[in-house]
Amino acid sequence: MKLSVLPLLLLGVFGLAVATDYPLDAPAPDGRRAGGTISQSLPTPAIANEENKDLKRERNYPEQPPTIPHSISGYQVDANGNKCLTCHSRAGSARSQAPMISITHYMDRDGQPLAAVAPLRYFCTQCHVSQHEVKPLVENDFQNIDQLLQGEAANAAKP
Amino acid sequence: MKSLLALLKDYWGILRRPSVHYSLGFLTLGGFVAGIIFWGGFNTALEATNTEQFCISCHEMRDNVYVELQATIHYSNRSGVRATCPDCHVPHQWTDKIARKMQASKEVWGKIFGTISTREKFLEKRRELAEHEWHRLKTNDSLECRNCHNFDYMDFTKQSPRARQMHSTSLAEGKATCIDCHKGIAHKLPDMSGVPGW
Repeated sequence: MKLSVLPLLLLGVFGLAVATDYPLDAPAPDGRRAGGTISQSLPTPAIANEENKDLKRERNYPEQPPTIPHSISGYQVDANGNKCLTCHSRAGSARSQAPMISITHYMDRDGQPLAAVAPLRYFCTQCHVSQHEVKPLVENDFQNIDQLLQGEAANAAKP
Repeated sequence: MKSLLALLKDYWGILRRPSVHYSLGFLTLGGFVAGIIFWGGFNTALEATNTEQFCISCHEMRDNVYVELQATIHYSNRSGVRATCPDCHVPHQWTDKIARKMQASKEVWGKIFGTISTREKFLEKRRELAEHEWHRLKTNDSLECRNCHNFDYMDFTKQSPRARQMHSTSLAEGKATCIDCHKGIAHKLPDMSGVPGW
């Protein structure tokens, strides 16, 4: 009699421990992985298209590396060659009418001008990236310098 | 020399003499049937060497260029239309095809003696091999590209502004042909130093 009670008792205690007041399968953190729970598999979001409008985008500050306004899929940039430079190099930009890469790209890190693109600057996508047609994952309330100055001027005008 | 001439003369005599044992009907029909068999066999064998399966039966092609092709739009794309090796590398017209096939006997030589039997050997020879293809496409006005990409049916309004700009000027005027700009679209490029435009 006593022996048959013990397993039941153990089971009861164990069951109490498991029955927590919070769900074990917690919801996933909001943000990049919206919705669902940790253990749930959701369909992969579709891969968005690269923006390919060829319209220069405004820079947020003068030093910002400009983003690429066209598709660069399949562009080979390695030790053998640099597809970007066929249009954006000094010699290529006249033929293609694409903007020439800036003079800083022809300088080594000590500011010495070089004959060709500095190895330091060779891999374009380290700084310049194309953009995809997606909704931003997080909101951005960045204000550029013009907006800041305007705000300040507006504040100063207030009595 | 004299005996050889006599021998040839004998054979010429046999060829000139009318047939004694076989009827004219048998000879003409037999010749016709044999012609079909030989010509058909020749063409079948030729077409068999004109397939991707044949190309990638050698590891030189399978492990180097074929792997590179697989990541490009000419292998995998939204509509599922794809190009196989001979679509771009062998002319489609018969006479040009035969000419290219005779050239390709050099490739058999290369295969036998292992000219590009390792990755290192292939990479070392890659610029030369690529230049052959660039030269071929440049001289035939990118014929193999144009077998599918016909200029007359290009809708410039559907192209990106950059593509429209180039295609409606340089390409339309015949100043440039496809390969001038579209190098390395289906395979990785070799060291491009010294190539115009690179």
